Amino acid sequence: MIPAPLFSAQNLVKHFRLKGGLLGSSRGVVRAVDNVSFDLAEGETLGIVGESGCGKSTTARLIVDLISPDAGTITLGGKLLGKHISARELRRQIQMVFQDSYASLNPRLTMEDAIAFGPKVNGMSPQQAARLAHELLERVGLEPRRFAGRYPHELSGGQRQRVNIARALAFSPKIVVLDESVSALDKSVEAQVLNLLADLKAELGLTYVFISHDLNVVRHMSDRVMVMYLGQVAEIGTVEAIYSAPAHPYTAALLSAMPSMDPDRRTMEAPLTGDPPNPINPPAGCRFHTRCKHADTICAAVEPGLFGLPGEGHQVACHIHIPGSNHRNRGVEA
Amino acid sequence: MSAPLLDMENLTVRFHGERTVHAVNGVSLTLQSGETLGILGESGSGKSVTLKTLLRLLPENRTEIGGTLRVDGQDVLALQGRALADHRGRTVSMVFQDPMLALDPVYRIGDQIAETVMRHEGCSRSEAMARALDMFKSVQMPSPERRLRAYPHEMSGGMRQRAMIALALACRPKLLLADEPTTALDATVQIQILLLLRDLQRQFGMGMIFVTHDIGVVVEVSDRVAVMYAGEIIETGTVHDIIRDARHPYTKGLLAANLHGAVKGARLNAISGAPPSLESRPTACSFAPRCPVARETCASQPPPNVAVGAQRQVRCILAQQ
Repeated sequence: MIPAPLFSAQNLVKHFRLKGGLLGSSRGVVRAVDNVSFDLAEGETLGIVGESGCGKSTTARLIVDLISPDAGTITLGGKLLGKHISARELRRQIQMVFQDSYASLNPRLTMEDAIAFGPKVNGMSPQQAARLAHELLERVGLEPRRFAGRYPHELSGGQRQRVNIARALAFSPKIVVLDESVSALDKSVEAQVLNLLADLKAELGLTYVFISHDLNVVRHMSDRVMVMYLGQVAEIGTVEAIYSAPAHPYTAALLSAMPSMDPDRRTMEAPLTGDPPNPINPPAGCRFHTRCKHADTICAAVEPGLFGLPGEGHQVACHIHIPGSNHRNRGVEA
Repeated sequence: MSAPLLDMENLTVRFHGERTVHAVNGVSLTLQSGETLGILGESGSGKSVTLKTLLRLLPENRTEIGGTLRVDGQDVLALQGRALADHRGRTVSMVFQDPMLALDPVYRIGDQIAETVMRHEGCSRSEAMARALDMFKSVQMPSPERRLRAYPHEMSGGMRQRAMIALALACRPKLLLADEPTTALDATVQIQILLLLRDLQRQFGMGMIFVTHDIGVVVEVSDRVAVMYAGEIIETGTVHDIIRDARHPYTKGLLAANLHGAVKGARLNAISGAPPSLESRPTACSFAPRCPVARETCASQPPPNVAVGAQRQVRCILAQQ
């Protein structure tokens, strides 16, 4: 029997109503996350990539239950959220580190207080919480004697992000959701924080959800990668499958939009034209068909579901790969 | 060789206020027309300040600028009043990172472009609007006639950046400055804008300085690269030189941190520490405290600027052998 996944999201849906129409009526619905399912195995890192508006941050917030889904279920360790496990307990086991290290910290709390705050609220004695804060500062590479009494504005961006990581670890979580956590850092500092994250994962046996727009960083950090487009999963698979044999035309386009790093082989043609469409009124059928060079009549009419490909857990939502789809390129490599 | 389009000699920029910041510390650059220079650096390296100095956009009363700066034979630091206004947009123009902040939200895009053309070329409104339409076609704006009448908020991020490029190029500047023009864009849009800038630079035969923190972006657009750190250029060379044969330890560290070709799962060869605060002018190698191969002298005297080839310099004591 396959062991139950540590975390499982099934058919998550989150729509945001746009207000501001006549008499406060709704002007439309942002389909931020539309029927998204995935599992997390213990100890793995799942990378989530996609462009703005693809729903990766909304997915992150749903995982941590910062917002509640309109539909769908979340289970942690086999326990259904809202039934067998409370949101409070879930958040203790799943912590999050955000992109903006400054906005994430209370400007009036010292680093020690910021880290100790959560444990104290959850019943730890002040002395114990302070000791824990010092231990965690040490663990993320900040000397407690120098940093415990400092305020956020007295730290650099890299140091603040280390504190945010320390704070996320204060509850000994099983899962840490990293939502563009290194994106705002300078490259040289980013590499230090990535090293720290890798070390912590090895030491503490953590499971990561690693969200980033930087495909190089995602490749380096992840075991599996989920590619999202306009609120849906376009493709999910092992990092090797996604990067070396992408099945969805969107994944292929994302990869070839990466700058080449070779002055003799510069990119000559942009893989896609135009911007990602607005998630308020996403295209019917396959949401990518408006930008896809393989688009056929079926793509505008029928929404493709995720279809399993050969290879470990490799799934793609594209008619080219769905048997009997009538797509003219059916069976041809994307 | 003909006189360069841009000749910057020992530029220093200091900001005065509650505390003094030595943002640019002796930068020398030349650029020929038709050439693209990429300036690569992290936040606080002085790359954007160097660009803004070329347009004299820095606040006059708090900024102290030293050195010489000539564009197309003209002393930019001596420009005043009307002559300075003529310089901006006509000789040198700029594309900023955030088009939403750079474009005026209450005027239609077409009017904003036409206004610039009328100011610099003294032509009629209809001629200026015709130029605006031409520019929209040059930047491959979808449905250009309709978009001329659009307001900035009615456009997507990629379209807004195209509109700003159209505005910047409307008066055919000799030098285009691009300050992280693709950083805020999505990956699939970023590559479109990079290719567009590369094509337009060739088509218009102008000089371009492209500032970014992203090595991949530099490789796509530049002929030559200058790497900045703590307000100094620490390495220059062709894009081939920098990518294939980086000599300065900082450049090497940046290349490693890009993760291109990094061994998966292996520890990254990260540069430790953080950039200096620049409250005083550097008297030694600014990178020495973070440098894995620093020697004693690195912390006590300024490093030599070693020429290791034609147009190739490395500001490092180790480059001397």
